[in-house]
Amino acid sequence: MKFFFLHLMPYADLDLNYTEKYNSAWVTLPNSYYDPVKGHLLYNRYLDELEYADELGLDGICVNEHHQNAYGLMPTPGVTAGALARRTKRAKIAVLGRALPLLNNPLTVAEEYAMLDNITGGRLVAGFVRGIGAEYHACGANPAESHERFHEAHDLILRAWTETGPFPFYGKYYQFNYVNTWPRPYQQPHPPIWIPSQGSRETIEWASDPSRRYTYLQTFSPAAALAKYMAMYKEEAAKRGYEASSDQLGWSVPIYVADTDEQAYREAKPHIENLVNKFLRMPPEMLLPPGYLSLRSMKGVMGVKGAITGGPQTIDDLLQKGMFLCGSPETLRQQIEQFQKQIGFGYLLPMLQFATLPHDLTKRNLEIFARRVIPTLRQLGEEPAHAGPAT
Amino acid sequence: MTAIRHSVERIAGCGVSVHRGGRGQPLLYLHGARGAGRWLPFMEGLSQNFELIVPEHPGFGLSETPQWLDDIGDLAYFYLDFIGGLGLDQVHLVGTSLGGWVAAELAVRNQSSLRTLTLVGAAGIHVPGVEKGDIFLWSTQELTRNLFYDQKLAEAMLEEQPNQEDLDIQLKNRLTTAKLAWQPRLYNVHLAKWLHRITLPTLILWGAEDRLIPSQYGPAFRDLIPNARLEILPNCGHLPQLEKTTDFVNTVTRFLQGVDS
Repeated sequence: MKFFFLHLMPYADLDLNYTEKYNSAWVTLPNSYYDPVKGHLLYNRYLDELEYADELGLDGICVNEHHQNAYGLMPTPGVTAGALARRTKRAKIAVLGRALPLLNNPLTVAEEYAMLDNITGGRLVAGFVRGIGAEYHACGANPAESHERFHEAHDLILRAWTETGPFPFYGKYYQFNYVNTWPRPYQQPHPPIWIPSQGSRETIEWASDPSRRYTYLQTFSPAAALAKYMAMYKEEAAKRGYEASSDQLGWSVPIYVADTDEQAYREAKPHIENLVNKFLRMPPEMLLPPGYLSLRSMKGVMGVKGAITGGPQTIDDLLQKGMFLCGSPETLRQQIEQFQKQIGFGYLLPMLQFATLPHDLTKRNLEIFARRVIPTLRQLGEEPAHAGPAT
Repeated sequence: MTAIRHSVERIAGCGVSVHRGGRGQPLLYLHGARGAGRWLPFMEGLSQNFELIVPEHPGFGLSETPQWLDDIGDLAYFYLDFIGGLGLDQVHLVGTSLGGWVAAELAVRNQSSLRTLTLVGAAGIHVPGVEKGDIFLWSTQELTRNLFYDQKLAEAMLEEQPNQEDLDIQLKNRLTTAKLAWQPRLYNVHLAKWLHRITLPTLILWGAEDRLIPSQYGPAFRDLIPNARLEILPNCGHLPQLEKTTDFVNTVTRFLQGVDS
């Protein structure tokens, strides 16, 4: 198994009493809540944490994209990835953005990713996402076009990376007389592509197609959803005549480890609860604008109304649902091993900093995880050589 | 009660659900974002003097969602085909909210089959400095309350228990509304430039207390359309046809009948 440290770079200095006046940390929370002096310190602290993960030998580090919010301060993830590109030497750098439908010119992503791939000598992992629903409110992008724009932008970027330019491209949403991307990606034919998702059949059918075999990442979901969607990926692959390998599946989950279960629980509790109750807070209309999900999926979600943005959650709720892993190194080892054997993912993306978790605890979390958990799990999910992704 | 006829018309490759009632000159009513699945009291009122034709827009209600439906201009061209396909002439065109936007876009393109134009709380243009409400960010509660001046009407609406079919149609209507009106929100940057092409007798009708598209939009439309006059209904929100049904029916009927007298 391979381990990538995922950072959201939250605005940890957020005045948590904002909830007395505002119903969300996204889109409508005034940016007067953001103090650039504190932000300067936070950005540099977070970059230090990501660089430290490289020193500790993690396989990769991940940056992320969200807009107009306190939950994650990387609206332009290429800036953070660029800062990391030169200061890290071994770790892969995964950009778990770019939200393609938000862009008027998706070729900027082909360019940005190719630059990162060249500078790092092929350490880039290229993420493609649609963004969460709030992004469509923040960016003036039409959610009813989200799926179509994503597919068209993706196809354009892949062609820009793999075909000799210049060539013309005439799509429904994007038109170019000259597609001729400089630089070309360092990794040939292109960097590995990861698709983070909260889970949808449409996304899994598309990502698992034999022509793509993209790594599917389940992000911040109950373990039951993780198991369901990973099984779905394997079924879809089997239907299309191949066996999905473990490196086509990844799980992103907040993790906190300390010497004992009791200590880990006590130290993590306020911060993980801030993550769900303060930083992720938003009304359903913001999370699920019309068209973001297909009508069929939307009907399913409305059927369990309140499940997504229901009342406050406690650390126990999250632990019970398997949305948060917390405990001693031995507890973590057992839990991850059990999930891995049951579900079969080859990438684990621990989110070792979340919400208000301070630097000293984050650093210790990273160290214990890297030194006392990862070595016991390395061999899990490592399969004999298999056919690589079709290209 | 007027005898109401329901049919499915096939226009531009799209099956559209149409209700009709009454006799007289044709009055084509274009509904807003909430759709027009039921024969409502204001329709009954208008059908006393006109042949009222109430289609559900492509992408709304029981009508199909055609592949070609991308923006508001597509609906404008569709309704030109609809008028031609049904052989209608001298049409009184009445549109509320989103439907008013479609009506204005249609009239800018071709008004030769129209007799009059009535825009009620219409979307379609942008007035700098006058903030519209956000129908996509308001909760169901907020949206319903903000649509009415009389909060008793809002409360009655909130107490209704829609069945599954109604809920499915609400989702469908909301999706199509987003497709047409998400960005720019509820307007077309180019429409205002060409509203001067409309030379029809035009009535602009607005609720004084409209919190979705504020009543300052009324004078803006009036000033852009040469032969337009404005009426503002006091103590009324975004939906005069529901909130002030009698005033709405009387005002529209008087205007339409006055044109020919």
